[in-house]
Amino acid sequence: MRRLMYFLPLVGLLILGGFFLKGFELNPRELPNMLQGKQVPDFDLKPIKGRDDKGFSSKDLQGDVSLVNIFGSWCVACQVEHPFLMAVKERNLVPIHGIDWREQDPDAGPEWLRKSGDPYTLVGDDPLSKAAIAFGVTGAPETFLVDADTVVRYKHIGPITPEVWKETLWPLIQELRKQ
Amino acid sequence: MITEVGHFALVLALMVAGVQAVVPIVGAHRGNAAWMAVGRTSALTQFVLVSIAFAALIHAFMTSDFSVLNVVRNSHSDKPMFYKISGVWGNHEGSMLLWCLILAIFGGAVALFGRNLPPTLRARVLGIQALISIGFLGFVLLTSNPFDRLIPAPENGQGLNPLLQDPGLALHPPFLYLGYVGFSIAFSFAMAALIEGRVDAAWARWVRPWTLAAWGFLTVGIALGSWWAYYELGWGGWWYWDPVENASFLPWLAGTALLHSAIVVEKRNALKGWTIFLAIVAFAMSLLGTFLVRSGVLTSVHAFATDPERGVFILVLLMVYIGGAFVLFAVRGPALKAGSLFRPVSREGSLLLNNLLMTTGAGVMVLGTLYPLFLDALGGGKVSVGPPFFNAAFVPIMIPMVLVMALGPFMSWKRGEALATCKRLWPALALAVATMAGVGAVMGAGSPLALFGLGLAAWLFGGSCLELFQRIKLFHAPFSESLGRLARVPRATWGMTMAHIGLAVFIVGAVGSSTWMVESIQVMKTGDTVTVAGFDYTFHGARTFRGPNYEATEGTFTVTRGGEEVVTLKPEKRIYPVQGRPTTEAAIHTMVLGDLYAVIGDEDKGGGYVTRLYFNPVVAWLWLGSALLVLGSLASLSDRRHRVGAPVRKAQAEQAS
Repeated sequence: MRRLMYFLPLVGLLILGGFFLKGFELNPRELPNMLQGKQVPDFDLKPIKGRDDKGFSSKDLQGDVSLVNIFGSWCVACQVEHPFLMAVKERNLVPIHGIDWREQDPDAGPEWLRKSGDPYTLVGDDPLSKAAIAFGVTGAPETFLVDADTVVRYKHIGPITPEVWKETLWPLIQELRKQ
Repeated sequence: MITEVGHFALVLALMVAGVQAVVPIVGAHRGNAAWMAVGRTSALTQFVLVSIAFAALIHAFMTSDFSVLNVVRNSHSDKPMFYKISGVWGNHEGSMLLWCLILAIFGGAVALFGRNLPPTLRARVLGIQALISIGFLGFVLLTSNPFDRLIPAPENGQGLNPLLQDPGLALHPPFLYLGYVGFSIAFSFAMAALIEGRVDAAWARWVRPWTLAAWGFLTVGIALGSWWAYYELGWGGWWYWDPVENASFLPWLAGTALLHSAIVVEKRNALKGWTIFLAIVAFAMSLLGTFLVRSGVLTSVHAFATDPERGVFILVLLMVYIGGAFVLFAVRGPALKAGSLFRPVSREGSLLLNNLLMTTGAGVMVLGTLYPLFLDALGGGKVSVGPPFFNAAFVPIMIPMVLVMALGPFMSWKRGEALATCKRLWPALALAVATMAGVGAVMGAGSPLALFGLGLAAWLFGGSCLELFQRIKLFHAPFSESLGRLARVPRATWGMTMAHIGLAVFIVGAVGSSTWMVESIQVMKTGDTVTVAGFDYTFHGARTFRGPNYEATEGTFTVTRGGEEVVTLKPEKRIYPVQGRPTTEAAIHTMVLGDLYAVIGDEDKGGGYVTRLYFNPVVAWLWLGSALLVLGSLASLSDRRHRVGAPVRKAQAEQAS
């Protein structure tokens, strides 16, 4: 009996290890996506400076599968995913629309896009978080996959990496296009 | 070129660690003195090699060599030199290299200062130390190489997180790691003792200085982190029960328990298995801390770059080392001879109670910290466990501990007299009651729990002083005799007294600052005056200026009390353009009874500024208490018995007679 006591720490450790292993599959930062399977919220954003198009509104999403990417020139992680978004645009894989979120200086966003390249089909300016709040954005970058009927199919938090693209986003896009 | 030298030195260090992990242990098994001696040489070689690697990385940061990826990600040529250097460990790769460096420093120190250890024990300790080195050097080289090049090199770097550009936080990780990694020595000693099947007073005495050093460093590290949170985060708080903070506190609790149970092994040859277990747990908690910070399985305000692949690697290391240790413990532990018996009411008994409460406290904290993960893994959804849980669960466990802390040192070994001890402590009780009554009269009896906490601190302070008085027979012998006795009090006893008084002082700070904090948030225009806790803050407007790598808005407040000027406070809000992130630099004026604390926020449309003004009572006591804890460990570390030659092992002495 006394000998068995000495095995208790080992048993405890193994249980803890099991939980940690499971923990890797879970993402504590990933909160449930409340918009999943629902219509995108209504929004109508003005264009950012330098792009004299009509801006970006929820109606523009009708008719094609697209990505809505929340970004900001102040956001470091957005710079990380930026080259990848450019690659997606160059290959013309899927239209990416941008929401330029919480710029303190209205010139900062356009300036950044001019310097490092503009991967967006449409861009809306959202300095006061009107659209971002409706989308339930918790931080930038965040990317929503919206289908042709403007239903939100997926939300990705953080930069889009090649793995996320290959394993999740691209298969979903292809599947949605078939429907 | 220098970068490649560093990389190469690190690879060599890994190979040397490979030799060091095998040859001395086999040598100790076979009784081959030459093989055992390899441990010493290779530990010193490893230390030199890892130092070269670390120096190479520092060189890359100092010269802003942007062909090194790690420098690009974490440095910028505009940064002041101090932060260029601290940027070396302000990122994942560099901090893991620092981990390895400290591991090598401790290994080298055992090789250098462990001359009085029996050769087999030293060989085994160094061998196990090298096993740990292999894991972490491998981790750095395989998953987190700080020497990766980036060709072509960009013009400039991305800069260090502005929050980390701060003297407190520049020094926080090295101290924390000195503590974490220091416990690896106690761990290696425990493993060596299990392999040899022998734990005795001599063993306990050899482990003690290493444990004390690690504990002292860890205390400094935690205190620095807490101090940083206090003045930099700008919320006036100093401890948030955040998972990463808890991760640094867990090894501290286990280490404290280990320090006390090792005393029982040394003096009374009892609690051996338990002490070995605590030595394993203290290091396990250090690894757990590293794992939690680096893996991202929990959310934290300290979420630095985290990466699941690295997390898996550290988890494997944790399972291999601690799992291996627990297997050895399960197999060899029962063979450790049971030590001498003691009554529940005795010095041993009080130390054991301290141990049980410390470990229970640590267990509660593990549970609270990991509960979100447990629940999520079992499909229970997302939750976060916050301060209310920890305050409600942890604080009550500490109350009996502090009560007994004053009693324990009065008890004799083996069997003590509860009643007689309590009688001697009546002045401490009187002091506690007087404190409660006095503070209650001034502050009102609105928070009885806080009054009780202060009474507890007074009780501990009084008890610790009385113990010293009794030791030197103050008032019971001529004063000159008392003075002579005072001069002969062992340093280790001074260490205990200082540390216990330090905790009492700390409790005053913790209770006072969390109970009687006064906060005032408002928009102020130039000329406005706001009164906080009897101090009048007059706002004189704000100006903007440029620092070396930031732009700052600085507000000016003059603080007066009853018309008399106390101080001028100049809080800043800084924007670091490279990262586009703001930081707050609170202005703090420290006084014995409390800190005046001012933060300036954004400008509003009407030209006013959002200001947050606090009165944080007795915060300075937190830092003073922490300093006393550290001084106590230093005093104990300098005790004569750690410096004189090796004590003869009991077994050897018995054989000889």
